[in-house]
Amino acid sequence: MAALETVIGLEVHVELGTKTKIFCSCAVAFGAPPNSRVCPVCMGSPGALPVLNEQALALGIRAALALGCSVPAQSKFDRKNYFYPDSPKAYQISQYDEPIGQHGFIEIEIAGEKKRIGVTRVHLEEDAGKLSHSPYGEASFVDLNRVGIPLLEIVSEPDLRSAEEARLYLEEIRSILQYCLVSECKMEEGSLRCDANISLRPMGQREFGTKTEIKNMNSFRNVQRGLEYEQARQAGLLARGERVVQQTLRWDEATGATLAMRSKEDAHDYRYFPDPDLPRFALSAAYIAARSQEIPELPAKRRERFEREYGLPAYDAGVLTASRGLAEFFEQTAQRVRDPKTASNWIMGELLAHLKAATLEIAEIQVTPFALAELISLIEDGTISAKIAKTLLKDMLDSGKDAKTLIAEQGLVQISDEGELREIALRVLAANSKSVDDYRAGKEKALGALIGQVMKETRGKANPQIVNRVIVQLITDKG
Amino acid sequence: MDFFSGIEELRAGLAKREVTATELADLSLRRIAALDDRVHAFLRVSANRDHRVANMDNPAAVTAAANKPAAGAANTPAGARMLDGIPYALKDNMCTQGIETTCGSRILQGYIPPYSATAVERLNAAGAVLMGKLNMDEFAMGSSTENSGFFSTRNPWDLERVPGGSSGGAAAAVAAGMVPFALGSDTGGSIRQPAAFCGVVGLKPSYGLVSRYGLVAFASSLDQIGPLTHSVADAAIVLQAIAGRDRRDSTSADIQPPDYRAALTGDVRGLRIGIASEYFGPSVEVGVRETVTKAIALLEQLGATVSSVSLPATEYALAAYYLIAPAEASSNLARYDGVRYGLRAGAAENLLDMYEKTRSSGFGPEVKRRILIGTYALSAGYYDAYYKRAQQVRTLIRQDFSNAFASVDVIVSPTAPTTAFRLGEKVQDPLTMYLSDICTIPVNMAGLPAISVPCGMIAGLPVGLQLIGRMFDEETLLRVAHAYEQAAGMAPLRPDLAGEVEV
Repeated sequence: MAALETVIGLEVHVELGTKTKIFCSCAVAFGAPPNSRVCPVCMGSPGALPVLNEQALALGIRAALALGCSVPAQSKFDRKNYFYPDSPKAYQISQYDEPIGQHGFIEIEIAGEKKRIGVTRVHLEEDAGKLSHSPYGEASFVDLNRVGIPLLEIVSEPDLRSAEEARLYLEEIRSILQYCLVSECKMEEGSLRCDANISLRPMGQREFGTKTEIKNMNSFRNVQRGLEYEQARQAGLLARGERVVQQTLRWDEATGATLAMRSKEDAHDYRYFPDPDLPRFALSAAYIAARSQEIPELPAKRRERFEREYGLPAYDAGVLTASRGLAEFFEQTAQRVRDPKTASNWIMGELLAHLKAATLEIAEIQVTPFALAELISLIEDGTISAKIAKTLLKDMLDSGKDAKTLIAEQGLVQISDEGELREIALRVLAANSKSVDDYRAGKEKALGALIGQVMKETRGKANPQIVNRVIVQLITDKG
Repeated sequence: MDFFSGIEELRAGLAKREVTATELADLSLRRIAALDDRVHAFLRVSANRDHRVANMDNPAAVTAAANKPAAGAANTPAGARMLDGIPYALKDNMCTQGIETTCGSRILQGYIPPYSATAVERLNAAGAVLMGKLNMDEFAMGSSTENSGFFSTRNPWDLERVPGGSSGGAAAAVAAGMVPFALGSDTGGSIRQPAAFCGVVGLKPSYGLVSRYGLVAFASSLDQIGPLTHSVADAAIVLQAIAGRDRRDSTSADIQPPDYRAALTGDVRGLRIGIASEYFGPSVEVGVRETVTKAIALLEQLGATVSSVSLPATEYALAAYYLIAPAEASSNLARYDGVRYGLRAGAAENLLDMYEKTRSSGFGPEVKRRILIGTYALSAGYYDAYYKRAQQVRTLIRQDFSNAFASVDVIVSPTAPTTAFRLGEKVQDPLTMYLSDICTIPVNMAGLPAISVPCGMIAGLPVGLQLIGRMFDEETLLRVAHAYEQAAGMAPLRPDLAGEVEV
């Protein structure tokens, strides 16, 4: 049997970062008591009418442009009709045949090669409510707080060829939208959601194989895991001469498997038609140009620039540009120190470890880029040792105080005074004559022990280079 | 003094303290009490005297509305309290905060809206006093008010006949002098046709002139709220109070309404009237045709010129309307599922069963018929042939009017092809019933303003003259209708109902 090629397309929903809902003035707020962020409009009360939130439109257009889409001169909203208690109007206001963006693309880097992934379309729509079911089975509960939260749906071309490509594409989408301040894109919190279509076909065949759709992959890791599982499942079926059944599957994280939700026969006829409550709207060239102006330097561009401008390795540039906040933190730090690579090391090492351990975002920590740059400068000019700096950074993160304040409080200034160090060294040499003899006998290791003793005496404040020189000098002179 | 004398006279009486607002409200209640057992115009009366839906009363509404305007009701033109102390009633498809609103449907029985419609807020701000909610065809689908989920309203001119519909309760209540004016809604003729049948003035404003916020939707691209009154001047006053931009309705037009009363000059010299043969087809009764022709002759005597215009797409209007309106309705009415408000059928086995039982028992046959038609018209594979095609017809109808208005200022026609028919006469034959709106439907399809004014009587039943105007040119429409009304000298029409009550 011929080798198989995997074909994947993703359908991504992101919540737009507006203050209010897309068609009413209810606040967008998480964790509010059920049905407390609702009004006649989002509850679908008889007679209530939608009014488009201009901020949602602006963010949607900004995102469409950032994803390389062409934006039409006018657009409209349509009704997607279906009966379900999460939809109080029994239709969702969405966009059907005239989305706000089409024919876009983004680039991902796979095995060192750039690859272009097509974005078929992006469109605006409203979110639905949340259902929960009584554990006793006698009732279901509807929370309409989420109804009307603005969503952007982003549909990719079937250009992805592996689960890893799918994850990379999704991560790049997240970066771009975060850079543009369109959405927080937190998958775990549901502000970014991803459904996938996947099929296999013999290598070289043009026609697509039978596809399945996977839902409920609620983390980047699960998107890759879910697709890898489904890829293997379909390959197994085909290898045994069986057929893939077109159906919708649910990824179950606990068992690490996909489970059938519904078959194609259950497919809805949504009876789309233009929403008569929302007039067609024009998108002038000036309006589109203004949205375009709002787009900052995007991650791919910034990666290249970091490599070029700061001489960073590709790996560092990739990590540091993953989020706009991190990239800006690095850049503001790097501009204030002698060696940008040192800044990169500190951020990628100590800082990211702290963020991960404390599950914080870069914007949430107490240390500013200025404070980190100052700390690095203090190492560069010999005021403190790198070792002390590590401890200091921890204190800075905990207390929010800057390095100089902490150094003063703790008396941590590095001892570089040769006279002072000489006196300490003399005491150490006198008390460790065996080590002195060993060194004289050619045991280089003994020198380290002697330096260590001086460092101990000074509680780490001694400048190790000077200590080294002083000890060697003393031993040699005496000898 | 009674409600036939017009809003201006009532206001003058109030100003001179010949009568008080409380006395006017009381007069309204007494007339309702005396007459509505026979007319059946009201679903709910805003006081304890109500005799039908006692538990849904809200006596506080009368005093509250009389005492202070609703907060936040903006954009009321100069003379903000121009309806101060004037009683009125509302078709029951306009939301009233705290007062049951059923849309004439069992499925909304017991539904208390959490907010009031913009038009209602504006009337409250202008000082008008709500007396009650009026019967209607269920969800405004019908031309006789026989499709009400509760009972049929009678025509005050002949209690064996229908008042027209779907604003039949509004037309009958005004015609019987129970209130000086009422608000109705017009999707395909639902203000004008009952106004014609009951001998009152009915105005359908341009689409977008009056906010639809709080009007329970039937067909969103066609629905429009408007007044039913005893005179054209009253229609102008009420329109003034409710017209104008509302940010809560995206289809509301961003225009500053002119002073409509100032348009009532009585002068139609030089006015160009268009007659379209399409509105005088075989379905129009001979008597109606003759009466309308006489009315046109009177306008000519007043100095208007008459010429013929062509509206060739008219013959497709009814068919296109019965695709677009049901299509929108099928989506608008999908929310009545028993989950959140109104009727919920008991003993359901699961969600789907609950939906089916609720909707099967809550909706009447005409509403079901239109939901089915609309669902079919929007279905995959049929959309292009039905809904899309109907929208193309709509464009043709608009173009027809636009061409016609290049050479005339108003188009004149009968409002309805017949006078009021007998109760039960057309219930079994929906297609014949649909023909009642043949002269009014094209106007909604084009979004234009139109008014029906009484122009004569046939065998004791009123006939309506329809005037159609340019988009947002209510001024010309009101001017011509007023000039005609003054010259004809028949307004206000008073049906002969025993048990008259006066102040």
